[in-house]
Amino acid sequence: MTDRGLLMLLPFFEWCQNTFVGQAVNRSIWAFPVIEAIHLVGLCVLGGALLIVDLRMLGAGLERQRISELAGYARPWLVGAVSLMLATGLLLFLSEAVKCYYNTSFWVKISTLPVALVFTFAVRERLAHDPALDTSLKSRLVGATSIALWFTVAAAGRWIGYS
Amino acid sequence: MIRTFLEWLGATPWSVALLESYYVWPLVESTHTLTIALFVGTAAMMDLRLMGVSFGSVPASEFTGRMLWWTRAAFVVMVVTGLLIFYSSPIRYYQNIFFRAKMLLLVVAGLNIWLFHGRIHRKVAEWDLKDIPPRAVRVAGAVSMTSWVLIVVFGRMIAYNWFDCDLQPQPGWVNWASGCVLTGE
Repeated sequence: MTDRGLLMLLPFFEWCQNTFVGQAVNRSIWAFPVIEAIHLVGLCVLGGALLIVDLRMLGAGLERQRISELAGYARPWLVGAVSLMLATGLLLFLSEAVKCYYNTSFWVKISTLPVALVFTFAVRERLAHDPALDTSLKSRLVGATSIALWFTVAAAGRWIGYS
Repeated sequence: MIRTFLEWLGATPWSVALLESYYVWPLVESTHTLTIALFVGTAAMMDLRLMGVSFGSVPASEFTGRMLWWTRAAFVVMVVTGLLIFYSSPIRYYQNIFFRAKMLLLVVAGLNIWLFHGRIHRKVAEWDLKDIPPRAVRVAGAVSMTSWVLIVVFGRMIAYNWFDCDLQPQPGWVNWASGCVLTGE
């Protein structure tokens, strides 16, 4: 990323990496891999909590249950997994902020993530908790959008390590 | 004998090409990693139901019936991509302590599935609608979730070479557990 519009952010990324937490994670041999593994366990829970409802919205999976019933059960796990991933993700970012600054995959991830979060909690969750909602064009659109957004976040996240 | 076979396997042209490929290897590895969201994710939701932690009003048989198709499909993708990754560097994985721990845990997870479907799940009609299933079912759910979480953690750690055989000296138990063949002593 050498875009001029973002260049002013470089000092901020450098500051992030120089924070006490960023340096502590960076200096430890074990910290990064262990936090990364917890980040991945969070991905599993997030994937399960999202997909059980998204698949149902698409008319697949647990078809005999109401969408709102599944969304109610999944919600604490969704919130928990998102919180865990944000916390561990922040630690991972702080430890290698400057590398992230020059990494296109990071920018794809960090710009899709807020969209996915806002869509999930402002649109999808609100709709999914409506007891009257059944599989419909609207639910299919929301379920498919949720899967597409989170897939982009996850795939770009994995690709940070390769690019 | 296993080593000789794996050395031959790792020298086959397709194995070398896969390991050295610029995009294919990362794509295979990314698919393997991202599929955990579908595979471990849906399995974990089923485990929560079996443990009596969540989804209490959903009959357990809905999870072991309708949802399991997705879990199984994702598992097939995990196995295929996992085998490809192993094929790209057989000796390296064979002698990696985390890979070995992961394989042992896969056996534990497999035995648990076998016991669950062979014995416990046969009587599903007796506990299908109970929001807290019998003890044996809860134990099976807990064993499943614990082993899959550890498999994910160890799987991630395979990427690190801290305990690799070509990085000596290592403690004796590490070399033993990794199956290192030490020369020049």
